[in-house]
Parts: sequence; C-alpha cells; structure tokens
Amino acid sequence: MALLQIAEPGMSAAPHQHKLAIGIDLGTTNSLVATVQSGMSTVLQDEHGHALLPSVVRYKEDGNISVGLSAQAAQSSDPKNTISSVKRFMGRGINDIPDTTHIPYQFRDTGVGMVQIETRAGIKSPVEISAEILRSLKSRAEKALGGELTGAVITVPAYFDDAQRQATKDAARLAGLNVLRLLNEPTAAAVAYGLDNASEGVYVIYDLGGGTFDISILRLAKGIFEVLATNGDSALGGDDFDHRIFCWILAEAKLPPLNQEDTRVLLTKAREVKEWLSENSDAQITSVLSNGKLVNIKLSAEKLVELTQTLVTKTLNPTRKALRDSNLSIDDINGIVMVGGATRMPQIRQAVAAFFKQEPLTNLDPDKVVALGAAIQANALVGNRSENDLLLLDVIPLSLGIETMGGLVERIIPRNATLPIARAQDFTTFKDGQTAMSVHILQGERELVSDCRSLARFELRGIPPMAAGAARIRVAFQVDADGLLSVTAREQSTGVVAEIIVKPSYGLTEDEITNMLKSSFGLAEQDKQSRALREAIVDADRLIEAINAAILQDGHLLTADELTAIEAELVSLKNTCASNDKDKIVSSVEALNHASENFAARRMDESVKKAFAGQDLNKLVL
Amino acid sequence: MAITLTETAAQRVEKFLANRGKGIGLRLGVKTTGCSGMAYTLEFVDEMHPEDMSFESHGVRVIVDPKSLVYIDGTELDFAKEGLNEGFKFKNPNVKDECGCGESFTI
Repeated sequence: MALLQIAEPGMSAAPHQHKLAIGIDLGTTNSLVATVQSGMSTVLQDEHGHALLPSVVRYKEDGNISVGLSAQAAQSSDPKNTISSVKRFMGRGINDIPDTTHIPYQFRDTGVGMVQIETRAGIKSPVEISAEILRSLKSRAEKALGGELTGAVITVPAYFDDAQRQATKDAARLAGLNVLRLLNEPTAAAVAYGLDNASEGVYVIYDLGGGTFDISILRLAKGIFEVLATNGDSALGGDDFDHRIFCWILAEAKLPPLNQEDTRVLLTKAREVKEWLSENSDAQITSVLSNGKLVNIKLSAEKLVELTQTLVTKTLNPTRKALRDSNLSIDDINGIVMVGGATRMPQIRQAVAAFFKQEPLTNLDPDKVVALGAAIQANALVGNRSENDLLLLDVIPLSLGIETMGGLVERIIPRNATLPIARAQDFTTFKDGQTAMSVHILQGERELVSDCRSLARFELRGIPPMAAGAARIRVAFQVDADGLLSVTAREQSTGVVAEIIVKPSYGLTEDEITNMLKSSFGLAEQDKQSRALREAIVDADRLIEAINAAILQDGHLLTADELTAIEAELVSLKNTCASNDKDKIVSSVEALNHASENFAARRMDESVKKAFAGQDLNKLVL
Repeated sequence: MAITLTETAAQRVEKFLANRGKGIGLRLGVKTTGCSGMAYTLEFVDEMHPEDMSFESHGVRVIVDPKSLVYIDGTELDFAKEGLNEGFKFKNPNVKDECGCGESFTI
C-alpha cells in the first residue's frame, strides 16, 4: 500500500491529491533536490545514496545522455561532448564569456542571444543542457515521492539578472517542471535556518562553493528578505584549495610536470586530504603514479592552514566590500549562515568568526542548506503549510527603467522593491506630429543609458499626430514573483498598445553586475553631473527645434538683421552642445532665448491679430 | 481498543515532532473520500479535542477521534522504505478491501 507522510493539523490531503513540491539547488558544480516530508525538509538521494548530482551532462555516442557522476567520469576522455559548469553560460552571449580559450567546448555565436555549444548531439543551448540536469533531479524526486510533482522552487544567485533568471525558468519548463518560484540562493539558505521566522534581522550568507565565492547581506523585515549587498569572486572556491595542496605535493615530492591522468589522481587525493583534515590533525598522502613512482608524504592540518591562508583572506575582501555597500557595521549583523562544502574547513569558520566577532551557523550541512530552504518554500507555496504563515517575498535586485531623451534612464521600479510589483508612469512625445515611440528597457543603478544594462526594446506605433508634449503614453512595468518583467506602453487617447515580455538575449558577467551596483554608489556625483549635462542638451535641442519651426512659419516677421542675429545664436548653441560643457550650454540657451524674445512677442501679436481679424469686439466672449 | 506504533515508526514520529519544535502527538484518522470509500489521515497534533481518545505507544502519544477509531481500532502504524520512497503504513485489521494504491479502503 501507499506510504503516508504526516501532515500539519487539518491539512491531510485526499487520496491522490498530495501536493508534492520540491526545492532544487541548480548549482555550478553540483545540484540537489529536496522536499518536505512529515514537516521536515530532507535532501533526496539517488539509488546509490548520493545526494549531490554533479552538474555535468554528457551527450554519448549512442545518442543517450548521461548526467551526474557517470558524465563527470568521462570528462577527460570526451571533453567536447561533456559539458560542466553550464550555469556560467546561462543567459549569456559569447561576448560575456571572459576567456573561451581554456574551455574545451565549441561555442557557436548565434549572433542574437545566448551562446550555443556544439556537441555530437547537435547544437545545444545552455538552457537545454541545464534542462537535462533538472530532468534527472525531477525523475529522482518522482521516484522518491511516488507521484507526480505539483511544482518546484529553483534557486538562483542573488546577482542573476533577468536574462539569467528567464533562462533558468525556461530550462525548468523544458524539463517538465512547474516552476512555483525562483528564489535567491542566500534567501533559501536563510529560510533553511528558519531565519524567516524571526521578526527582523540582518544576516550574512557566506557561500564558498567549488568554484565560486558569494557573499550576500540580507535584511529581513516583515517577511521580506531584502538583498542589501552582494559581492564575491567568481574564480575562487574549494577547487583552489585542492590546487594549493596539489602544488604543495608536487614541490614536496619533487615531481616533474605530470600527465593528465596523474594530475587528476593527485587532485582527487588533494581533495580527500582537505576533507580529512577538517576533522583530523594529520593526513598521509599515498599514491602510485603511472610511471611507478611512489608518493608518500604527510600533511598536517597546521601546514594546510599555512598553505591556504591567502585564499581564506581573499574571501574577506569581498565580505568587507559588501558590508561597506550595505552601510552596516559588524555589530549590526544578527547571524552568519555558512553555505558550500568548502565552509566545512575549520580555518574558514575561524576566519569568519573572527571577522564578524560571532560564531557562524553551521549545524545544517552546508552543501544542502540551499536546497533545504528551497524545499521549505516550495512546500509553503503549494499550500501544505498550515496557520497563517507569511509567504516569503523576494525583491528586485537592480532598478528597472526606460530610456528618455538625451540617453537618460528614468527609473520606474526601484531596486529592492518587493515582488510581485506593478508600476506605471506617463511619458509624452518630443516632436510635433511624432507617431511612434521607441521604448528601451534598462536595468541598473546609474543615470545614463550607456552605464546600465539594456534588457529589451520595442516600438509603440500609431500614436495620432499631435503637438510635442500633448500625447500621453503610459508605460507600465510588471514584475512577477520570479522577478520576470513585462512592459506595456499605451497611448491614452487612442488606446494603441505595444508590449513586450522581457526575454533578454544575453546577460552581463556577474562581476559587471556587482560592479554596476558598486559604481552607482561611488560615481553618484559624476552621474549627477552627466545627468545635468544631458538635460541641458535636451533643453537646447528642444529650443533649436522650436525656433527653427517658428522661422519656417513666421520668418517674414523678422528683419534681415534680426534673422541673422537669431541664426548666429542658433549656430553658436549647436556648437556649444558639442562641447559637453553644461554651463556654456545653459548660457548659450539663455542668449538664444534673449535674441528671439522680440520674435516670440511679434508671433504672439500676429496670432492674436489673426484670431481677432474680422470679429466684432462686442461679440467676443473672453 | 488500541492503536499502536512499531518501534521504527515511533522513532520517526519523535524525530519529526522534535524537528517541528511543537506538537503533543500524532493523530490517526479516516475520512470519507477516496476511490474506495475511506481514506487514512495522519497529522501532527497541537491541541486535543474533548472527545479524542489517546493512546501511548513507545513513548509517542497517539490521538484518534472516536468516529475514526471504529474503522481503525487495532491498527499498527509502521514506517517502511520502498525503494527511494519512505513513509508510514497502516496495518489495519478491519480492512476488507483497498484500492490499488492502498490510499483508501472499505470495511
């Protein structure tokens, strides 16, 4: 008969109506799936008792696809068809990948959008490859839970932009998963520790994975986790510690440069030694190389600390920066959550404890904590949790806005707004008779379009011809609970609508994202000045446009001298606009205004005369 | 009249209750839904109702409402593992017939 789980009071499901929900940590190196059973979040294991699924996909000769350990084992023998760390390419174009020369894959630049990888099974996108990993986790979960899944929560790094989030969501859909929500990884870790049950607090999530380091500072207030700051190092992880040990073995045993096989064997040894030394004081390294040479040396925990001290210190710089960005001091921190297998190393825990002057939370398995938190959230989202538990809300990581005249960004949804959210703002036309408007959607904290990330562009056509500034175009931004954006533009008088669902073609590197955030603080003053300059130029353009139109229409009202004077000022203003000197532009605008004062007055008189000509003064109703 | 737990089941329930951080015991019951008449329910208990019956088995408090008890009296609750799947199993002597999946039954 069926196996039952214990439900919350009054929440028993009818037969065949169990709402099975899972949380997935889709990691760069390893992925996991977890679920809540009988009120307890547990990571699901495969048939062999492995919880971690290496995030490696291999397209085999026989047309089959292998995922996980078996794919990982074939990595050196079949590098071109065995894809690992595909998360780094999610939502990225070929130009976003820093250095493709060290990556064995054959990239295909499709011109538009995400980079593709050529395998023997054809050209695959990172989304398809990620979907294979998700499919494998999904089938594991279905076997373990004995039924169809209602939905899944998938975690993504806090700094993932819309393109990367959308790519993750697409991968899940491709794998046949119903995505309940995407959740930020640090938020998931905080949930696993039940930090969302507290009323408020500030928490640091220190995540040292296999190949990446992320630090996030979260503030919890009224059930909302706000990301105050993120920082990290995309090229620092547990693997670097293995490499330090490996280099030490080479030096200590006086080994010549090794072949690939021996390198792999010794790197694996190095990892085992590192793990062993987290709980023991000495380790013996014994290995026979392919040339028959015996390596037999001893490494003490003390020596390991010495070897890797610089790596540990390297994590503290981003930590310090994140703390600075959040404008907090270590006294404001209520707790530190350790995530990632590498945080098992005592020297890391000690360094973190010394930095924050408090012990970090370590009682949950740091490899599993993100998946556990995602499962708890998934369980709540499908409605298996009783009482009036607050559903956790996430926030938008970077502000969203549109481009306005002069290359400026008008922010519509500010950073850290809670999701879901909808905001609208009215815009107007710049030129007389303008019948179309281009809507350029941007994400970032800076003032100028060129400093923000372009997400998408679309055009609203069919605006009825009107004088500049008369049309009212309402641009509405809507971000759903996963942080995905749709934008509509509607001309209010005619109701013409254009809309777009932001499915951006490619993303930024994570360094660029963190840099964007940081630079918006550091360059605030410079941004303010650029904005003032652009605004002055827009003003000048508008004036030039208006005067030219006036001359065309009413030029006969001017004497030749007056016309020359105005034209001289027009030329001079056009020239100063090119100078990028805000003060000069402003004074030049004033000069032109002054030169055309009489002209404006005469035009006014003329139009009044025209309006009143032939009218009986007594019959005029004023 | 009694409901019992196997030792493994009792250990599991204790662990789940400890993890949950609150709750006074485990409620077994039936409700009239399902493909074949009755369906079992299994829930944590935060408060007892005045009419509830309470049993003690391997240190775990088992609570049943009197209406359900007539259908499941004598049941032993076990905890079992089937492949990757694990969970609780009702061994109910009153059952005459159950649906294919075993989630509901008739007497």
